[in-house]
Amino acid sequence: MTERIVIVGAGEAGARAALALRENGFAGAIALVGEEAHLPYERPPLSKAALIDGDAPRPATILTEERLAEHGIDHVAGASALAIDRAAHRLTLQDRDPLPYDRLLIATGARARRLAVPGAGPDNVHYLRSFGEAEALRRRLSPGSRLVVIGGGFIGLELAAAARARGAEATVIEMAPRLLGRAVPADLAAVIAARHAAEGVAIIIGAAIERIETLPDGRHRVVLAGRDPVDGDTIVAGIGAVPEAALAAEAGLALDNGIAVDTHLATSDPDIFAAGDCCSFPHALYGGRRLRLEAWRNAQDHGNAAAKSMLGLGEPYAAVPWFWSDHYDLTLQIAGLPDEGAVTVSRPLAGDARLDFHLAGDGRLVGASAVGPNGAIAREVRLAEMLIGRRASPDPASLADPAVKLKSLMV
Amino acid sequence: MPTAIAASWVEACAADAIDEEDVIRFDHAGRTFAIYRSPDDDYFATDGLCTHEKVHLADGLVMDTIIECPKHNGRFDYTTGKAKGAPVCVDLKTYPVRVEGGKVLIGLD
Repeated sequence: MTERIVIVGAGEAGARAALALRENGFAGAIALVGEEAHLPYERPPLSKAALIDGDAPRPATILTEERLAEHGIDHVAGASALAIDRAAHRLTLQDRDPLPYDRLLIATGARARRLAVPGAGPDNVHYLRSFGEAEALRRRLSPGSRLVVIGGGFIGLELAAAARARGAEATVIEMAPRLLGRAVPADLAAVIAARHAAEGVAIIIGAAIERIETLPDGRHRVVLAGRDPVDGDTIVAGIGAVPEAALAAEAGLALDNGIAVDTHLATSDPDIFAAGDCCSFPHALYGGRRLRLEAWRNAQDHGNAAAKSMLGLGEPYAAVPWFWSDHYDLTLQIAGLPDEGAVTVSRPLAGDARLDFHLAGDGRLVGASAVGPNGAIAREVRLAEMLIGRRASPDPASLADPAVKLKSLMV
Repeated sequence: MPTAIAASWVEACAADAIDEEDVIRFDHAGRTFAIYRSPDDDYFATDGLCTHEKVHLADGLVMDTIIECPKHNGRFDYTTGKAKGAPVCVDLKTYPVRVEGGKVLIGLD
């Protein structure tokens, strides 16, 4: 009988799972263990509003003290989890009593990948993952200051947009031949890149970083192979994230690009589950293809799904992947997996908005990607997401025709 | 249809300006509202901005009696204003609506 559930990691997935346990009727004890002192908060604003908005930012709290109390969730804040004692069913913590569990959920997320080049260290390279790091960066993005971002992915480009909004100069250095290479189709990435260039962001692609230097005046320099160096007041590396899987690894749980879980988000120990950025899972919509997603929606959906699985109410995880990223007044939204597509069909939208559907060889809709003002694309991407979730094979001519309402293709 | 007493009725749009199971934005006196037409051909009105991050709900998707925020998919029942789960937890304010002579009127307090 499941009476005590411990959740290690109090981010989106962990907090969502705690709530979902109550929504699904769990009446036992819930401990939500977080490393940070803050109440559980949303991370997406850290690279957006928290850097840009006029007022001093506050964390966007997911669970207030009132809601924690209302739902009987014990938030163990500022706690470092040391180890999982699987035999005794206990999570051991630094300087605190161990927490016994019947079921354990690991929702430890991911950490920023560290830049491994000569000269790079904590004194000259910043990262953005936590609210504290966002606060520190915000103070450094003063008008006229110069930001150098290493990595042309979402975090790096959102940071550059924030810097421009605050009147700072920004340079983005990408090692690959184009921006947003991992997750975004090339045509859409080109729209985002052009917009950044128009906003005055200097973009360097195909760069090889040799080392980081600190100059006599306290500024920093990124030395590039075969090109001029780039100097700045602040260097931030946004070069991807590494799953936080150390607890699982030390406990002997199976790993595969993070913690390996099954379709019900169970680890190789049937009493231990994992959710969110820290785990890879087989996706039922894509023939069991193993994915690890670093996205807010996936963290929520995983939190909900893991809660159900821990209560024996789970079903194979099949939520359509979805994420967004904001750049000035442009939003990029991607549903499904565009890289599963063999054919792309474009639908003209009003203004500069762009919407592409990605169809597999058998005609099934497997992805949709769009860029434009949020209001111009959100509804269509949402409908595409629902079609993807239903494994629909819509007529390509209808997808391409803006006179045909996407809603009418839902059967 | 809500029957609350309103201080003043304001004409928002023509009844046929909204498709069935759809929503439009209506701005009035510095405020913004969302006006809905349900699949059963009833009309409803709520505050126009999501209670989560102040995004215009009229850009979102109406499915049956649910409006979904276009930014983060927070869901509300637009007939009652009730928040339907993460990430939204604060309900939407609703307003009474009348349809007269082919016009949609909303009652403001």
